[in-house]
Amino acid sequence: MERITVTINGNQYQALKGSTILKAAEANNIHIPTMCYEEGLSIPGCCRMCVVEVKGARKLLAACTTPVTEGMEIQTESDRVVEARKDILRLYLASHDLRCLTCERNGDCRLQDYCYRYKVEDTPYRGEQKKYPVDISNPFFFRDYSKCIMCGKCVRVCAEINGAYVYDFMEKGFDSKVTSAFDDPNQETACTFCGMCVQVCPVAALVEKSVMWAGRPWEMQKVKTTCPYCGVGCQLKLKVKDGRIIGVAKDKSGSNLGHLCVKGQFGWEYVHSPDRLTRPLLRKNGKLEPVSWEDAYNHIARRLSSIRDQYGGQALAGLSSAKCTNEENYLFQKFMRTLIHTNNVDHCARL
Amino acid sequence: MAGLATAFGSGAMTNSINQLLQTNVILLVGANTTEAHPVTGYRIKQAVKDGSRLIVVDPRKIELVRYADLWLRIRPGTNVALLNGLAHVIMRDDLWDKQFVAERSEGFEEWRQGLEQYTPEYVANICGIKPELIEEAAHLYAQAEKATTVYAMGITQHTSGTNNVFAIANLAMVTGQVGREGAGVAPLRGQNNVQGSCDMGALPNYYPSYRFVDDSAARQDLEKAWGVSPEAGAPGQPNGQGPAGLPVEPGLTVTEMMKAADRGEIKAMYIMGENPVLSDPDANHVIEALKKLDFLVVQDIFLTETAELADVVLPAASFAEKEGTFTNTERRIQRVRKALEPPGEAKPDWLILVELANHLGRPWHYPRGPEEIMEEIARVTPLYGGISYARLEETGIQWPCPTPDHPGTPWLHAEKFTRGKGRFHRVEHLPPAEEPDREYPLLLTTGRMLYHFHTGTMSRRSKRLEAIHDHELAMLNPDDASHYGICDGDTVQVESRRGKVKTKVQVTDHVPPGVLFMTFHFKETATNLLTNAAVDPICKIPELKACAVRVSKV
Ligand code: SF4
Ligand code: SF4
Ligand code: SF4
Repeated sequence: MERITVTINGNQYQALKGSTILKAAEANNIHIPTMCYEEGLSIPGCCRMCVVEVKGARKLLAACTTPVTEGMEIQTESDRVVEARKDILRLYLASHDLRCLTCERNGDCRLQDYCYRYKVEDTPYRGEQKKYPVDISNPFFFRDYSKCIMCGKCVRVCAEINGAYVYDFMEKGFDSKVTSAFDDPNQETACTFCGMCVQVCPVAALVEKSVMWAGRPWEMQKVKTTCPYCGVGCQLKLKVKDGRIIGVAKDKSGSNLGHLCVKGQFGWEYVHSPDRLTRPLLRKNGKLEPVSWEDAYNHIARRLSSIRDQYGGQALAGLSSAKCTNEENYLFQKFMRTLIHTNNVDHCARL
Repeated sequence: MAGLATAFGSGAMTNSINQLLQTNVILLVGANTTEAHPVTGYRIKQAVKDGSRLIVVDPRKIELVRYADLWLRIRPGTNVALLNGLAHVIMRDDLWDKQFVAERSEGFEEWRQGLEQYTPEYVANICGIKPELIEEAAHLYAQAEKATTVYAMGITQHTSGTNNVFAIANLAMVTGQVGREGAGVAPLRGQNNVQGSCDMGALPNYYPSYRFVDDSAARQDLEKAWGVSPEAGAPGQPNGQGPAGLPVEPGLTVTEMMKAADRGEIKAMYIMGENPVLSDPDANHVIEALKKLDFLVVQDIFLTETAELADVVLPAASFAEKEGTFTNTERRIQRVRKALEPPGEAKPDWLILVELANHLGRPWHYPRGPEEIMEEIARVTPLYGGISYARLEETGIQWPCPTPDHPGTPWLHAEKFTRGKGRFHRVEHLPPAEEPDREYPLLLTTGRMLYHFHTGTMSRRSKRLEAIHDHELAMLNPDDASHYGICDGDTVQVESRRGKVKTKVQVTDHVPPGVLFMTFHFKETATNLLTNAAVDPICKIPELKACAVRVSKV
């Protein structure tokens, strides 16, 4: 890849030829704010949040769509740029439902972050507030369009990645909004509840129900792990608070690129099911009764070794599990082969 | 798995999931990707939107049919005929890759002779489709710069499953559509760690890294690594005087174990994290077999239908409560991290195994836990030789990764096949083990749906998933529905020679006439009471995809 030299905020940097100003800046750890841009989706360049000043250009240019050229001189935080961004933020605030106190995205919201960064406390445009009913009808997430900033990321991720085409820009003018056809609840659309729209929403317009009143974003621990369902092996982050999972955040390091399906995104509740086994059980007089680990181990060791010693290892068999880890599968076959002395070990992969 | 392993030397997906985005033609055979492997389904749709061509071979009108250039709605169980038909056209029209065949394959001539009778007309008749479709599909696949065949259970769960896979491998070799970035063969694994279980040797005929148990060099290596005395009389050997060393005889597969248990030859079983009562074919037979055991240990996170039959039940930790790794369908080894403590006294499976081994007199000792177990795995598993937790911290690595400085392998068989030369296998179309007849006139096929998983142990205890979909909904074609007087939403009884279940019915052209589709996610409708335990003679996958049934309204 050919490299060129650009000047950003007075310093010279190397950039890949053909990359956008936004990518070139990011690659050099210069953060340009964005609302409608999302890596991996098409780039509408509509929010204007990422505008920058380029020497020789009359207008401010959108960093997400403008390619870098050799010798380009870019200002990402000049007075003109900052004033433009402030104005965009003031327009967002004009109709936004500003009940931040109890908002689930408080502390994890792009609108808050950028207002703070550019010291925007209020808006001179304050007009009519958008007041839409909150749709809580599906089991997985709610839709609160009084908070929507119309970035369109949900529209694009649903169309371009999932292929369900649930949302679009509807109506015109003040009433314009991003929603499903006829405002239908998701369960009456082609929605497959992958939750990817929730994951890309920069504000609290789309929020997992499970995090409601469950904790503030900064109180959650995020633990990166692998989805326990199918063989695609998507990477995700479990949101954990007080020893319980309360939701799932995206992780872009794996080949799923942050994309998930409904099972990875919303299928973790079984972990906290009241049906979980919590004690070893031993059958006594036909009934399974709780016993200590020590008793369970002793009983198993006695029975397995006596059957093995009496009939030989071929009289025993073990089923390992495609749900268990590599380490566990490894130990299981080693257990059967070295302790029980049999190759009668399999798992249900064939099924 | 056996099919690809025999043809190429490795049973795994040859390429990476995201290389589907670079493929010009995707041949999707018996894989309902958007339901069973949804994120891979997204990639196929993305590829099509970017201009890739898609050929769907499936009796069902799956979602991806909407994205397909060609849809070959073949009769269930006729894949081999179709794939041979494609190869026939490719040879007839001289679209094959002569250099690839000459340099990189063997068994070609014999295979070629076997194709003679599979003319488009002959195949069209077997498969119930138009001959032109076969020609078009063959041309598209063979002439693509890069083509990838994607398949899943729809291919393997037939008595002819291994033959299906051979036929797919033949097609890839004759056209040179394998061994390059974006060109290959992609078997999609059902459960999250099927690939890893196989890699780790949780198989009756393989040690870790697919070394045969009857290969004496492999056996000696592992006897040394595992500290198994080659002397008779060491612990773990019957009566203190049984055979020395590791067992030589290959073991039994799941299906064979159940039969042996039924005959009283298997006396005890140890089952970790599986629920064969619901997942195995012919459930009644499995329950009877398990009941005959002298001793059954089940280790799981729930009291499953299988655990209910056990003498001892051990409470295990879930994926969120332990450290470890899973290997995904593209051979990528990825970390599982502990986010929570297990409930009550439950323990991770690895720890239970270690402690149980200690009680049986083996001094297994892994004070640093799974990370240390992985170090041992790396020592005895050449495919994982370069794997360590430190390297997996940021992102996973695709095996083979033989050394600590090896970057991993995004696509296999690049210079040569794992087994050296790729092997052609002559395969013939065979009818399914059980075909519909007057008594049982419908063909039942089984599969998965998006919101639930496998036997439902996990997904059905996730109340939000359950709220969206909580019962079996069998699919029946409108023609059959009107013939039997069944309406959408009716409850019916489905009966096979082995058992009967009740289910609600959806009347839809998603299935062709003569075919009934059901999942096996719902224990209230235990579909595997109906299915057939007849197994593929080579890889021993039961015939879950096709059995004869009849329906009646209740
Ligand atoms: S959950 Fe997924 S399918 Fe449903 S609207 Fe959001 S992105 Fe689209
Ligand atoms: S709902 Fe969220 S993602 Fe969608 S347009 Fe509104 S702010 Fe953007
Ligand atoms: S999120 Fe969905 S596609 Fe990804 S691994 Fe989990 S079940 Fe499979």
